[in-house]
Amino acid sequence: MARSQDRRPGFSRRAQYGIFTGYVVAILGVVVGAVLLIVSLFNPEAFAFARSGASEIARPIGQASAESRATGQGVFAAVGAYFNAGRQNAALRREVEAARADAVTMRAVQTENARLKALLGIIDPQVRPIAAGRLIGSTAASARRFAVLSIGSSTGLRPGMPVRSSTGLIGRIVETGRDTARVLLVTDPDNVVPVRRATDGLPAFVQGAANGRIEIRLINSGVNPVHKGDVFVTSGSGGLYPPNIPVAIATDPHHDGAVGHLASDPADVDYVLVFPSFQPAAQAALSESEKAAGPPRDPGDQ
Amino acid sequence: MMLPRFPARAEDIVRNRINRAPSPVLAVGIPWASIILASMATFSPVIASAPLLPPFSYMMLLAWRMLRPGMLPVWVGLPLGAIDDLFSGQPFGSAIILWSLTMLAMEVIDERFLWRGFLQDWLAGSALLAGYLFLAASFAGFAAGYPLPLSIGPQLLLSVFLFPVITRIVALLDRVRLLPLRRI
Repeated sequence: MARSQDRRPGFSRRAQYGIFTGYVVAILGVVVGAVLLIVSLFNPEAFAFARSGASEIARPIGQASAESRATGQGVFAAVGAYFNAGRQNAALRREVEAARADAVTMRAVQTENARLKALLGIIDPQVRPIAAGRLIGSTAASARRFAVLSIGSSTGLRPGMPVRSSTGLIGRIVETGRDTARVLLVTDPDNVVPVRRATDGLPAFVQGAANGRIEIRLINSGVNPVHKGDVFVTSGSGGLYPPNIPVAIATDPHHDGAVGHLASDPADVDYVLVFPSFQPAAQAALSESEKAAGPPRDPGDQ
Repeated sequence: MMLPRFPARAEDIVRNRINRAPSPVLAVGIPWASIILASMATFSPVIASAPLLPPFSYMMLLAWRMLRPGMLPVWVGLPLGAIDDLFSGQPFGSAIILWSLTMLAMEVIDERFLWRGFLQDWLAGSALLAGYLFLAASFAGFAAGYPLPLSIGPQLLLSVFLFPVITRIVALLDRVRLLPLRRI
């Protein structure tokens, strides 16, 4: 293609100045961009107000597409279910038989547990979710892993609150707008989650690798005891995430940990729940149990 | 049953073509609006666990710039990059600097390689896309404290293969842009 005419303005002074100003503003753009980039690298929350404002504007689009996603998944799931209906029926029947037996055992354990807790005077910290919302967008083209939630500070959300789905941890809130909130997903490398193995409490960290997989790193190095299929749940240490939320399943053990996949893929979930930050909840539970136990009695009192 | 044939040229949709000119709102607005809408593609039904989608807004910008040099001003990276940064999840400023640099780089490419065909445009676009994705991932990696550029491979491949598709979409939008709708 030949060079366009409007870059050769001829003798018109006005056109020449116009082109010159264009270049000046473009170079200014590079400089302004560099300054803004440095500011936001050292202070990531600097432009949170603008981002949440933009999310508020785009919220209706995300809301609509989240609904169509749920419907689409439903249709595919319904079609897929027909293909192995017979086999699945038999398998499910076996599973129900096993589960029924387990349920009886479970009920017994539950009552025993309640009795023992009553003996010890422990009150369960009742952590209730603050709100339920939908994931309406994500940074699918960027190397960072954020998602946008359809509820915000108007329903009581604050930065730092953990977000989970019915199957596992999704991430935590980093920025809130009025009706939207930005969630740092577990797969982002900036999100380090303290976890423990569900079976024996082996402590570890989960860190995102930004490519959909996550890295499980053991705290105690040495002989690697992780096997394929081990489930890791949050340990509650660090105070950010409440304990016992499933986070990751190990798929590929290596010398000092394992590569795993998420317990709850954010692409599959319909609704997510936001919980209060764990630290205040833990403190509240502690003071509650102290209140229930009464003031510490002086042994020489009686 | 015969389906009504879709007209081969977008101009054929408009019945009267004498005494008509393109509507200025569409002629100026469509490129800007299409790039902004592509920036909002982050609000798509896909909640991705990995950087998967190509940077549609940047590809749209490149395609418009290659199809109509001089239509978008050289400084377009400043406003449009700022809007893209609000949605992309990159540290703010990343797209402003990279898009401004791209517009300047395209000026140099226009200067050096005067006669370009489809393949040369694709090659230039691929080179710019590779540079853009690598630098954007580096900025994001610096913000997260983790070497992120390692994860852009699949995304880059997808972007390079989808670039001609985006240029076709832009060519279609360009025809809509120049529909003779305004009566002179």
